[in-house]
Amino acid sequence: MPYNEPHPAETRIISKRFCLPNSASISTYLANEGYDAIKKAMGMTPDAIIDELKASNLRGRGGAGFPTGLKWSFVPRTSPKPKYIIVNADESEPGTCKDRLLMEFDPHSLLEGMMIGGFVMGAKYGWIYIRGEYRYLIDIMDKAIAEAYERGLLGDKILGTDFSFHIRTHTGAGAYECGEESALLESFEGKRGIPRIRPPFPAVSGAYQSPTLLNNVETFCTVPPILLMGGAAYAALGIPKSGGTKMLCISGHVNKPGVYEVPLGFPMMRAIEELAGGMRNGKKLKAVVPGGSSCPMLTAAECDGLTLDYDALAKVKSMLGSGGMIVLDEDTDMVRVALRIMRFYQHESCGWCIPCREGTTWLKKLLTRFVEGAGSQSDIIMIGDLAKNMLGRTFCPLGDAAAMPTISIIEKFRHEFEDYLVHGPKPRRNYLERSNGPWPGHQETVDAVNLTL
Amino acid sequence: MQLSPTLEAKFQSLLSNYPEDKKRSALIPMLMYGQDELGSVTPELIQEVATRVGVQPLQVSEVMSYYSMLHPKPLGKFHVQICTNVSCLLTGGEELWDQACHKLGIGHKQATSDGLISLEEVECIGACSWAPAIQINYDFHHQVTPDQLDQLIDGLSSSPNSHAV
Repeated sequence: MPYNEPHPAETRIISKRFCLPNSASISTYLANEGYDAIKKAMGMTPDAIIDELKASNLRGRGGAGFPTGLKWSFVPRTSPKPKYIIVNADESEPGTCKDRLLMEFDPHSLLEGMMIGGFVMGAKYGWIYIRGEYRYLIDIMDKAIAEAYERGLLGDKILGTDFSFHIRTHTGAGAYECGEESALLESFEGKRGIPRIRPPFPAVSGAYQSPTLLNNVETFCTVPPILLMGGAAYAALGIPKSGGTKMLCISGHVNKPGVYEVPLGFPMMRAIEELAGGMRNGKKLKAVVPGGSSCPMLTAAECDGLTLDYDALAKVKSMLGSGGMIVLDEDTDMVRVALRIMRFYQHESCGWCIPCREGTTWLKKLLTRFVEGAGSQSDIIMIGDLAKNMLGRTFCPLGDAAAMPTISIIEKFRHEFEDYLVHGPKPRRNYLERSNGPWPGHQETVDAVNLTL
Repeated sequence: MQLSPTLEAKFQSLLSNYPEDKKRSALIPMLMYGQDELGSVTPELIQEVATRVGVQPLQVSEVMSYYSMLHPKPLGKFHVQICTNVSCLLTGGEELWDQACHKLGIGHKQATSDGLISLEEVECIGACSWAPAIQINYDFHHQVTPDQLDQLIDGLSSSPNSHAV
């Protein structure tokens, strides 16, 4: 797995162990503050731990950005039902590849974060829901879990206390929708990954209708350092209302794409110019997807002077999301990008509610028509109208996730759609810059066996 | 259905991962690991999983049809999955996809006639910062160049000993 060299501009809190030799092993973890936070937590009251999280200003790192301390406080700890801890490791938002590194290079910090969650909630069981494609990470996590059991850090009566906690991994089977927390719970229970109507929220009625604490991998990994350094100190790393650090996954047309941990409030252009080594081939910046493909696209002008934190991105009507930052250069065909994004959401729509199922399908058809050169002026209006009518009208955020980038592209890059009307279909840009032109396509299917039913 | 000792042990351990009365949670993991060994989700596997978790086979089929990694028919021994989502698109994923189709003479979700290699255009596989990325069975390959893709595919034809999907 290629892991980029650390950059001096980074502030490494949850990625600080990545470069240690054998970083995934329990001995490395123990030698570097490992499992100190759970020991500290055991000497604190659950309320005090939640207060530290609130003071840290930590917000959900999976994409929604909900304050973590508040989420933890919503779980009814006195309920007679069993409580469960579930980690959302179904990382599938296009542009996002950070949870993968956290689990690969520092699996024990995830386990420790879960244990603290378990201790606060009085839970005995926790599961890590890992997307099916990440099979090697399931093996890494299973190994880490086995190591923790061997050392008496998981199991019954941990470290001689009354606290018992068990962790298991759980594999998904390929579905973006299962990254949505209620769909994840359905999938976890062995069903189709279809979102649940909320309320009740998972905190009150989650896995097996019991109170469930469900957070992203990065969020759980951040809990141990917060307890060790104190909530206020963690918050001070970032800016007011956006505490601490965030993993940024930079991809696209930059010289050094990679995953970097920066304090919130970090300037976006600095991330592109310094961390990611600037634009590839000396091209100009055209647009940035700030936090995974569901976030509204930003133009180069909007990125100027923009800082990476929840409020600054909300001000430009976008989101920090999952931290999956995709950088697009001046030659990128935004109509094709819009189509590719919509193809994804159409493929991943679970089909449960109509605005999403039909909306994504229609939008894909309209955008395909455009790319093929058969679009019309009224199509531009229809794409915008359709997308706007999906907003807020679906059971889960997938509908919004499909609509938001589409609306932003059609509003900010409308001229590119109009270009298609004037000049007809454009040849596809060859991103490999091959000299002999693109391959002739894949019409040949001789000798093929069709696998679809 | 007679399971291999490895798969039997895996099923037992998967079933033990959940509370006694919540065995249905093991349904999807059992299908995944079962498919890894059998090459596809066969009717017998569906029946076996249904019996073990205590649901009807139809319910297992219903769940299976939702997930893109569960396949009712066998894939190639090597399932080549090429990502063309945004980050990969921007770095040449579509070109790699065309190249693979051209080289193998097959398209999306199709297999070569000898059953060795199948091809799928997949959605984001979480390798965006190391795009363009492909996955062959469960193995990731990052920042793949056209030459590397050629070599990878040629290598598959000459090393038939690797595990099936």
